[in-house]
Amino acid sequence: MKNSLIALSKDALFSLRDLVPIVLVIAVFQLFVIRQPVDGLPQLLFGGLLVVLGLACFIFGLRIALFPIGEGLANALARKGSVVWLFLFSFVLGFGTTIAEPALLAVAEEAAEVAIGAGIIANNEQAAADYALGLRLVVALSVGIALLLGVLRILKNWSLPLMIIGGYVLVVLVTTVAPPEIVGIAYDSGGVTTSTVTVPLVTALGVGLASSLRGRNPMTDGFGLIAFASLTPILFVLTYGIVTQ
Amino acid sequence: MNLILASLEFVWDSAKDIAPIVVFLFAFQLFVIRERIPNLAQILVGFLFVTVGLGLFLVGLEQSLFPLGRLMAQQLTDPEFISSVSGHGRDALVWHDFYWVYLFAASMGFATTLAEPALMAVAMKANSVSGGAIGVWGLRIAVAMGVSVGVALGCFRIITGLPLPYFITAAYLVVILQTAMAPKMIVPLAYDSGGVTTSTVTVPLIAALGLGLADAIPGRSPLLDGFGLVAFACLFPIISVLAYGQFAVLRGNK
Repeated sequence: MKNSLIALSKDALFSLRDLVPIVLVIAVFQLFVIRQPVDGLPQLLFGGLLVVLGLACFIFGLRIALFPIGEGLANALARKGSVVWLFLFSFVLGFGTTIAEPALLAVAEEAAEVAIGAGIIANNEQAAADYALGLRLVVALSVGIALLLGVLRILKNWSLPLMIIGGYVLVVLVTTVAPPEIVGIAYDSGGVTTSTVTVPLVTALGVGLASSLRGRNPMTDGFGLIAFASLTPILFVLTYGIVTQ
Repeated sequence: MNLILASLEFVWDSAKDIAPIVVFLFAFQLFVIRERIPNLAQILVGFLFVTVGLGLFLVGLEQSLFPLGRLMAQQLTDPEFISSVSGHGRDALVWHDFYWVYLFAASMGFATTLAEPALMAVAMKANSVSGGAIGVWGLRIAVAMGVSVGVALGCFRIITGLPLPYFITAAYLVVILQTAMAPKMIVPLAYDSGGVTTSTVTVPLIAALGLGLADAIPGRSPLLDGFGLVAFACLFPIISVLAYGQFAVLRGNK
């Protein structure tokens, strides 16, 4: 208990330090460039305090829960030796965490507006909602497949650079035939899929898996799952744009 | 009073986001692995901390950084402001009149990346897995530099209106070249760092900057040209982390 308290207050100090650069940037720009009064200073300070507190709690919880359970599950699945369950686990983890991702929700809604503007879909709420939902499903599916593919790569010991660079080449090729309106959205969707809770879990999954398989190095084989999760959405959304045009 | 209610609401929202993941993990543990969860009490307390932490973190950002950042993005991309600092008329602005925007984009990209919780998680893991060879700070600063260059370049693209695929393709080519030369150990981590950086803190601020710019410049549509900044912020850390690996090797060889 006492040790936990010490760890927690250490995390709080570290969080404070992590936020110093943001405060500096804002202060310098406000004082020297924008030079306009800022209102609601007490609220800003209180918000900052919450950020520090929240970050410290999150990192503390990450260390005692997210990492151990992610790695424990990866180890247990590897010991069990059932590839089917491992694939199912990685697919559902990718699909499930992405479909509910708030950042993706926002992007999908904006994408529907772009589609209306370009005359791809009818200008009514139903069509926009369908388009946005379709996009979310496509992205979630792509992240599920990405994790599955990444896990398969760790099992089979395939070359990560070859697969990722092959993926890039595909992205460039598909871009040339995709409707221009979708390109920006597609490229951005790769970045918004991997949320703050998913990233530690997925990292723990990869590292845990690579360390429980013989002949794999957790450093060179354990990382790379997120790379797949930020690549496949680009490909899938470009394809979605081609199909729906 | 309102703030307390708002905080509770955010904690509730983050609980709703995290609960399905927790249920899924526990269900898998119980029905597929069929083993008791080791340190169950500790894991439960940990999830509580993750939920409350994320909720407070988000409400704090909503109260402080996001409104202020959005307002600043708006003020800095305002054509009035740009023409007043550059001396050019509103319709005669050229790309280098926007220097404050580039500087803000670069420094904000750098600073917010350092506060990104997902990146901290990956850096902690990379540090322990590599046995300390990859420093937590080294990695985070490398990623932050990548985001910084990426966002500034992304702003340049919106301002000049150059096509997004040109930039992305060129950056891919650099990544391919570097992959051939960088130490093997850093490559997977570098590829991962792109997706890791763009989450909670960075994306809303970059998006505000992109929308502000696309709004301010004649002939740009916020919906079409506002996109693409996240892609830049995602790609350039790959390059900078690979460079970090190459640099570490060079220093080691001396």
